Amino acid sequence: MNWPAIGSIYSHEMMRFFRTLMQSFLSPVISTSLYFVVFGAAIGSRIDEVEGVSYGAFIVPGLIMLSVITQAISNGSFGIFFPKFTGTIYELLSAPINFFEIVIGFVGAAATKALFIGIVILGTSFLFVDLTIQHPAAMMAFMVMTGVSFALFGFIIGIWAKNFEQLQLVPLLIVTPLIFLGGSFYSISMLPPFWQTIALLNPVVYLISGFRWAFFGMADVPIAASLLAIAAFMAICLGVVWWIFRTGWRIRS
Amino acid sequence: MAMVQITDARKSYEGGFEALRGVNLSIEQGEILALLGPNGAGKTTLISAICGITQPTSGLIQVGGHDVVRDYRKARALVGLVPQEINLEPFAKVRSTVEFSRGLFGLKRDDALIERILRQLSLWDKRDNSVRELSGGMKRRVLIAKALAHEPRVLFLDEPTAGVDVELRRDMWDVVAEMKRDGVTIILTTHYIEEAEAIADRVGVINKGQILLVEEKASLMQRMGQKTLRIELTDPIDAIPSSLNEYALIRAEDGGLIYTYDTRAERTGIGRLMADLSEAGLHVRDVSTAQNSLEDIFVGLVAQQEDAA
Ligand SMILES: Nc1ncnc2c1ncn2[C@@H]1O[C@H](COP(=O)(O)OP(=O)(O)OP(=O)(O)O)[C@@H](O)[C@H]1O
Ligand SMILES: [Mg+2]
Repeated sequence: MNWPAIGSIYSHEMMRFFRTLMQSFLSPVISTSLYFVVFGAAIGSRIDEVEGVSYGAFIVPGLIMLSVITQAISNGSFGIFFPKFTGTIYELLSAPINFFEIVIGFVGAAATKALFIGIVILGTSFLFVDLTIQHPAAMMAFMVMTGVSFALFGFIIGIWAKNFEQLQLVPLLIVTPLIFLGGSFYSISMLPPFWQTIALLNPVVYLISGFRWAFFGMADVPIAASLLAIAAFMAICLGVVWWIFRTGWRIRS
Repeated sequence: MAMVQITDARKSYEGGFEALRGVNLSIEQGEILALLGPNGAGKTTLISAICGITQPTSGLIQVGGHDVVRDYRKARALVGLVPQEINLEPFAKVRSTVEFSRGLFGLKRDDALIERILRQLSLWDKRDNSVRELSGGMKRRVLIAKALAHEPRVLFLDEPTAGVDVELRRDMWDVVAEMKRDGVTIILTTHYIEEAEAIADRVGVINKGQILLVEEKASLMQRMGQKTLRIELTDPIDAIPSSLNEYALIRAEDGGLIYTYDTRAERTGIGRLMADLSEAGLHVRDVSTAQNSLEDIFVGLVAQQEDAA
């Protein structure tokens, strides 16, 4: 493993983030505050509690997941798409590094940025609601696994995308709906039975449920199912990355 | 042993187009090889296959004795690449992008080296500018600086002087000459024959994915070169006497004669021509010879391949 080279990619990617640190910090703070105002105040006045947790607190894990997932995907996909777009990918391909080292550098940076934003949102939440986290270590572990696996997924999208439209397509058409329908703002037990069954086909439900369990000790699906879901998702992404590595698909013409 | 050894390299792109059709090439350590070839000849494809940007479909490519596919780390560590296209991140700062290139090779930061490279390429004053603020020629120099940042032993320059003014071109030749003094092996592609004439030790000609010839520049020019002999006459003539038909002479504008001969031929025919001239009653006032340029040789070779196909 060429760790110094991985470190170079990682810090090069992080540099862009630090250049716009204020922006990176402010936008999640503002959007989270807006969610609390809109959802917390408007809906929270009609639903006080979900399974013993105040509605404001109940939506916190979902809000964090929402941002961690979208940020991980957008950073992961843009990070590798950009060198393809500017042509600077030639440098990565002609350096004495392999594809996995490239993946670690880019995905590591994308996941770091997503986690940073997740933590900022968590911090902001404390300003609005009373929160106690029952299993902090599990909470962090879930957040890290989610950030890493979706950054990987984003990386694959970035390799696949041939233009900016395609880069936006998958997040817009597939991921965002899955997240919104994934129980960020409600418990799936609140749905009619038919839709509950449908919801169980949504992988994001398992992530948010597991993450919520780490906060409040309650879950829509068994925690083992959540762990399995994220492990399976990560395994699939790694498999695809491995296949790209073998075939040079869309990188080594 | 050769620094770069290419054995029967082939490359078919998706869709089946064969851009390299069995390339064999051996490049010695410390030499400058100029690869000449028309657009689409396969120059960039060949370089890409050596540097790891594209996978050769078959064949063996070695750099410093290391297979570029199986032993890619060792092979690529030796290689620097200046791409044909200006591929740079527009918002990156000059110095940081050059430092990044070094880091990608897993090497420790070396401020003194980066400064020396930037100064050598007259980029030091621009070190804190972002790339998009530079002129086209400066961007090309940034590409060179990036390629030099990890102190490569083999440097590929893919049309380094395309779109670069004369002064800058000379600067680049100086940089190349200095690298050669350090023992770096240099392969450059170019459309400018004068460039090959000016700096190369050997010249390779590639067309349609095949190397047509690789030869010492000097011997190539001598072997293939045709010379022209200009003959100035005391009394200019209006027509060439028919007794001189076998020499295929051309009447020059000044009423003199032009004789073209092959330096490869056993006999150049000059002695006989001189005798026949005086036989015909023409008095020679002065003669001069001129060597054909690489350009003529190159055009001739490509035309031959075209005829053969
Ligand atoms: N990615 C690709 N996919 C398909 N065909 C390609 C690809 N890259 C190059 N080719 C084709 O391979 C041939 C050789 O291209 P290459 O870029 O190696 O030529 P070149 O000698 O560098 O030309 P130039 O002097 O114009 O730079 C061309 O016919 C080109 O169209
Ligand atoms: Mg080319």
